[in-house]
Amino acid sequence: MTSSTMSGTATATDTALWMEDLRVVTHDGTEILHGVSLTLFRGEILGLVGESGSGKTTAGLACLGHYRAGLAYGSGSITLCSREGEDVQLLELPEERMRRLRGSRVAYIPQDPALSLNPAIRVGEQIREVLDIHGYGSSDKERSARVAQVLEEVGLPSTPAYQRRWPHQLSGGQQQRIGIAMAFAMTPDVLILDEPTTGLDVSTQSHVLDTIRMMTQQHDVASLYITHDLAVVAELADRVAVMLRGELVEEGPVGQLLAAPEHPYTRRLLEAVPDLAGKKVLTATNELPTVSRTPGLPAETAEEPNRSPLLTVRDLRKSYGSTEVLKGVEFTLEPGQSAMVLGESGSGKTTLSRCVAGLVDDYQGVVALRGKELANSTRQRTGDQRQDVQYIFQSPFSSLNPRRTIGQSLTVPLEMSQKLPPRERRGVVEEALDSVRLSRSFYDRRPGDLSGGERQRAAIARALVNAPSILVCDEITSALDVSVQASIIALLNHLRAERGLALLFVTHNITLARHIADQIVVLNQGVIVDAGPVDEVLEHPTHDYTRQLLSNVPTL
Amino acid sequence: MSTVDLNPGSVGDDLKESATRPSRLVARIWAQKQGKVGVILTAFIVILALAGPLLAPLVTGYSPTEFADRPFQTTGIFGTDNLGRSVASRFLAGGLLLLAYSVLATALGLVVGCVIGMVAGYAGGKTDSIIMRLNDVVLAFPQLVLALLAIVVLGPQGWVLVTVIGLTHAPRVARVARAATLGVTSEDYIRAAEMYAMPRARILSREIFPNITGPLCVEAGLRLTYSIGAIASLSFLGLGMQPPTADWGLMINENRIALSIQPWGVILPVIAIAILTIGTNLLADAIARATASTNVETS
Repeated sequence: MTSSTMSGTATATDTALWMEDLRVVTHDGTEILHGVSLTLFRGEILGLVGESGSGKTTAGLACLGHYRAGLAYGSGSITLCSREGEDVQLLELPEERMRRLRGSRVAYIPQDPALSLNPAIRVGEQIREVLDIHGYGSSDKERSARVAQVLEEVGLPSTPAYQRRWPHQLSGGQQQRIGIAMAFAMTPDVLILDEPTTGLDVSTQSHVLDTIRMMTQQHDVASLYITHDLAVVAELADRVAVMLRGELVEEGPVGQLLAAPEHPYTRRLLEAVPDLAGKKVLTATNELPTVSRTPGLPAETAEEPNRSPLLTVRDLRKSYGSTEVLKGVEFTLEPGQSAMVLGESGSGKTTLSRCVAGLVDDYQGVVALRGKELANSTRQRTGDQRQDVQYIFQSPFSSLNPRRTIGQSLTVPLEMSQKLPPRERRGVVEEALDSVRLSRSFYDRRPGDLSGGERQRAAIARALVNAPSILVCDEITSALDVSVQASIIALLNHLRAERGLALLFVTHNITLARHIADQIVVLNQGVIVDAGPVDEVLEHPTHDYTRQLLSNVPTL
Repeated sequence: MSTVDLNPGSVGDDLKESATRPSRLVARIWAQKQGKVGVILTAFIVILALAGPLLAPLVTGYSPTEFADRPFQTTGIFGTDNLGRSVASRFLAGGLLLLAYSVLATALGLVVGCVIGMVAGYAGGKTDSIIMRLNDVVLAFPQLVLALLAIVVLGPQGWVLVTVIGLTHAPRVARVARAATLGVTSEDYIRAAEMYAMPRARILSREIFPNITGPLCVEAGLRLTYSIGAIASLSFLGLGMQPPTADWGLMINENRIALSIQPWGVILPVIAIAILTIGTNLLADAIARATASTNVETS
């Protein structure tokens, strides 16, 4: 391998891609990447970590010579050292040669497998397509053999029957493995993975990560793994690079960087990652008091005879068509208590929380508030009942009307409860904004002006204006960065202590358990498989499913 | 490495200004070449139609119904028409009613169609099916045939024209409104409004309507174009404006027999209608493009 052109790297023979001082600008001249330098080595995974907007995807896509609409190449260079031994200046290539390199020498695995596979092409053919385009082998037979081979490599059946399946007939994890198979079909030199496991459950995620690690080592591929999840990086990567606002702030071997981060931003990022042990104090913003994790209202009130719990769910059943999503779910919630409902996608946790909030109107079973049974739909519940149970949606990007100001959206609950004269409403809304640590000037802003974290705070404020006793939080941090997640968790703990709120915290992220909850309910396929105090369930899980979940959690 | 603000997740009091604030809709329309052309063409004809009736006697010396000479002579700027009236005067006066009727018909069609479409889209289920299948029945009739039928029964008055053209637009607008509504109803803010038991009418008007104005604007432009065409065609067929009213559609019909010896009576209204429809169409396209980028929230 000719490596004379390489300089400055001792292990030049192993270098697969070499990015130097890359700058990317928007069309109006603003610089997005401020000189990023990265080196990828064969057989190694480099984790590129950063929060949303830090430019990590932009840097990753630049390795493919691609810029998203509105962005353009500024300066710098990317050198690709292919297996054949020639070094190619990626960014100087004419478009036609670049196209031939993409997918064959540099492959890309996008975030959402469901969106990246063509739903109208059978999976076998999709892998074949890559081989056809890049002219793999010399005969059809050779290509078909390669399709089967690569399918087996990623741990999928290679039978013709399986190859004839449509993407929608596969699970998310299988779809992502098809994506991996497509990327590896041409045995590329460099692989760019853009958060390939973000939408997947922990157990599926760990399978996919295993596949990625194995394929990288087996085929001596240099991988760039883009993610915001430090725990995944800790499990998978050999080296880590941390990005902040278009700059590379720190780079190093994974053990060293995670154990002794040098840059303050890396430290801050590490602090914000929830840990299963719950030893960390998730107060990334250092402005909220920590809450002792003993329940807000201690056991003495619970001992009163005949007192019914704040929220009772009894024999809750709900089916969509012939599919039963909830099969007789039962639990109770005491005032001031925080319960985590843990489940993977498809476990029925969102349906459960929506039944409690009255957003699903044809469930069977009982949802009772202070011993009084609630009507199925919010429209039939009384105003007081509606006020007492408040629901916060998963995505802050869709839960606020983009055409209305934050103030207008937050006034809605007050307007509908009709308890306050219109003149006093603004004051209440501004107080709610205060309590979620948003400036009062947000009142006249529209959601488009706010970041994801700010929007989620606004959504929490909307739930608070009516002074509820139960807050149902449906995956409210899953769309947010870890540091923002930490500040939201801290905020919820603070509100709980301040107002004695009961919390129903629905999530797939078991590592948050000790940070937010006293009680935990593990939901699997519509059935509660484990329930009890957090420490008890985490330390002595009674069900296999819980044990399996715990063993699949990536940790730092 | 460098000094960077280490507070990306902070919740400080300082408000974050969006770095690239989207420019206003009008500016975005004007920024497009076809938007510019559309605005200029439309404005030219609108001004002509509005000011025309006042200018006609001043410019030509004849009112639109006054006899200037024998039929099909070349007296005056553009000669005389089939009854010897001034073509120029009638041309100037002939646009106002056409424009007014088509704008009114479009507005009526938009309002009715929007209500039907939004209710169908939001209610879903049986209501949706019934409304939309009835819609399809109306859509099965050609627009002009329905209009002809109504005018034959009710007579060629102005309000009949506006109503019948407007109502035949409604099912077409309804389809667009329904499709746009479907896209919005799956959003969580609609679910949130339902959770607070907001009355359904208010959900439609306050939560849904502002979010579907983009596609509706486009549809409005398109429907205006069709209204102009439909009313001009009806007038040409003798079922729209009635003589002796000065009207572009009617003028084409009146003067087409003398196309070879005195073409102005046909050419002028044809050009004006063509410019107006092309102008409004370009404008509608430009609005479509201008709203497409900011109408949908990118996350």
